[in-house]
Amino acid sequence: MAIMTGAQILIESLLKEGVEVMFGYPGGVVLPIFDVLYDSKLKFILTRHEQGAAHAADGYARVTGKVGVCLSTSGPGATNLVTGIANAYMDSIPMVAITGQVKTFLIGNDAFQESDVTGITRSITKHNYLVKDVTELAKTIREAFYIASTGRPGPVVIDLPVDVQQARTEFIWPKTVEIRSYQPTLEGHAGQIKKAAKLIERSTRPVIYVGGGIITSGASGELMAMAEKIQSPVTMTFMGLGSFPMTHPLCLGMLGMHGTAYANHAIMGSDLILAVGARFDDRVTGRIDAFAPRAKIIHVDIDPTSISKNIRVDVPIVGDAKKVLSEIFRFIRKSPDTGKWLYTVEKWKQDHPLFYKRDEKLRPQYVIEQIYEATNGEAVIATEVGQNQMWSCQWYKHSIPRHWISSGGLGTMGFGFPAAIGAQVGAPGKIVFDIAGDGSIQMNIQELSTAVNNKLPVKIAILNNGYLGMVRQWQELFYKKRYSSTPLKNPDFVKLAEAYGAKGIRIAKKEDVAAAIKEAIATPNVVVMDFVVEPEENVYPMVPAGEALNRMMDGMA
Amino acid sequence: MKHTISILVENKFGVLARVAGLFSARGYNIDSLTVSETQDKTISRMTVVVNAEDEKILEQIKKQLNKLIDIITIVDYTKKEYIERELVFIKIAADKNTLPFIKKVVDKAAKSSSASGLACARFLEKKSDSVIVELVDDQERIKNFLSELKDLKVIEVVRSGRIAIAK
Repeated sequence: MAIMTGAQILIESLLKEGVEVMFGYPGGVVLPIFDVLYDSKLKFILTRHEQGAAHAADGYARVTGKVGVCLSTSGPGATNLVTGIANAYMDSIPMVAITGQVKTFLIGNDAFQESDVTGITRSITKHNYLVKDVTELAKTIREAFYIASTGRPGPVVIDLPVDVQQARTEFIWPKTVEIRSYQPTLEGHAGQIKKAAKLIERSTRPVIYVGGGIITSGASGELMAMAEKIQSPVTMTFMGLGSFPMTHPLCLGMLGMHGTAYANHAIMGSDLILAVGARFDDRVTGRIDAFAPRAKIIHVDIDPTSISKNIRVDVPIVGDAKKVLSEIFRFIRKSPDTGKWLYTVEKWKQDHPLFYKRDEKLRPQYVIEQIYEATNGEAVIATEVGQNQMWSCQWYKHSIPRHWISSGGLGTMGFGFPAAIGAQVGAPGKIVFDIAGDGSIQMNIQELSTAVNNKLPVKIAILNNGYLGMVRQWQELFYKKRYSSTPLKNPDFVKLAEAYGAKGIRIAKKEDVAAAIKEAIATPNVVVMDFVVEPEENVYPMVPAGEALNRMMDGMA
Repeated sequence: MKHTISILVENKFGVLARVAGLFSARGYNIDSLTVSETQDKTISRMTVVVNAEDEKILEQIKKQLNKLIDIITIVDYTKKEYIERELVFIKIAADKNTLPFIKKVVDKAAKSSSASGLACARFLEKKSDSVIVELVDDQERIKNFLSELKDLKVIEVVRSGRIAIAK
């Protein structure tokens, strides 16, 4: 019989769950946990801000597919995690966030560093717990990991008062988890699957539209088999990048607001959309009543609430992407004849390619192309949010699942760098880039300390245009170039990097780009590349908010 | 259109906040809400009356509720045979001139019966200047009852939320 403290039970339970690393920051009410961590084999990475810890756990989860774990103290520590938790929730990332809490008898008394963590995080978590009894702790942790990682994954918060950490009980690890009120549907409905197969057989202009569900369920192989069998073009959402190789002839790249013109034309002209693990959000559909007017829609998603939320669906199928895709595949007797359609799509590809001006100027798109070339497309690419992110979607030919680490639903500036740190921890042998803007990199730049001290050689490529570029672009296009609060006066990023013990390189000429990237990759340390790029370059094509998908601005005028 | 939804939930602290929070965060309106323990002490029942403009919104409400971990099952009574009841207390200013009329209204209500059985209407207290009347009935008939008293001085009306049971 093993009698343990709550803090010991926590760490022991994490080890039982297979947790190897945790990101976080200490504080008053988590001292018992840190005391156990002092000589535990569980690796702890100290970030410089709790937000960094949550994003690092998120990045780790995206690259490994495992549950990311972060830890903070109560009050400000917990509220600093909130953005990172909300980010993981929007992108369906499995995460367990552990927050310290004041003593149980002080809860509700406005004690020092008290905040109502379960109340604050209720709408941004898949589930949350306040553990008031140490005998419930092991079971709670087991449940938390199960909920976080199954069905549509998401973050789970465990709020743990300091007196529960100190209380003693026998450690009993539950052998199984059973939650009567939580049973995700994995198998698709057989009748619906047959109906879907029939629709596919009869279509002449199909498009497969996939999202993050393919990555989560590991369905890239099934997706490839389906696309090749029915000879259908494939377009991906932002979250789906990496699920289907951009180098494949059937690939249309990303669709939506900053998607490729040919992906948007194909969706609008299709007679059948096979949507898998995607949720028809507003950045994808544009004006909803004008979306794909002639298409029947098959929608496969593990989350029933995603189906028929934004758009009318002909064949809804609740289930796991991998299972349902292979089932539909099994029922397709004859492949549709899509020859004419593929010819039309190919013509769109020829007529409306992605475009930027290839002159002597140092343009941001060129930097991303060079990163792709230098890494053979095998790097893990994290990004910040804004223009840097959209160019990274367009100009890096994403081809491998779990190599694209970017904040989709929440659009969190400051996500990329700490997430890249987490990704580097999860994939130590990989080259990890954070493609950043000069604005967003400064939102969590303090994590340079974390990266340098833990020897996590992340390569930061700042596309420095001296603006909050995406907001500036909207001001240029929709607010008469009134650049309100978007020009930035920046620090010297090279000196800043050096002050933290990283390497800094400034690149102002196009001809120096390739050599700098090569040097960065060869350097076994954190490298900050400050690319001084064309200041008023815009992201095109662009569907203005609220417009139909085929009303694109192409920027070629 | 109004829908009566019965939600069986884990009987734990915070579950009501989750349900209420879901309604407010997603912009759904609750008309009434009644919560109590069931015959199984680990399970509570929430009976919610929601106003959903169309079927699609109602579907979303049900699906979103189902997604909450602590929710066990949801039954929408709208398309089922069911009995619904609300409880109302009414305090009315009364003297010897008005009391006979109040008695008449209460007696009439007590004798009347709807498709789902007899209503309950009775005096809980009588004072020299006021009376308290109790009525247990469905929403429509409570509305009619109150409208019969509209010419009197109603001091206070206290109403419960709706509860319902499938036939």
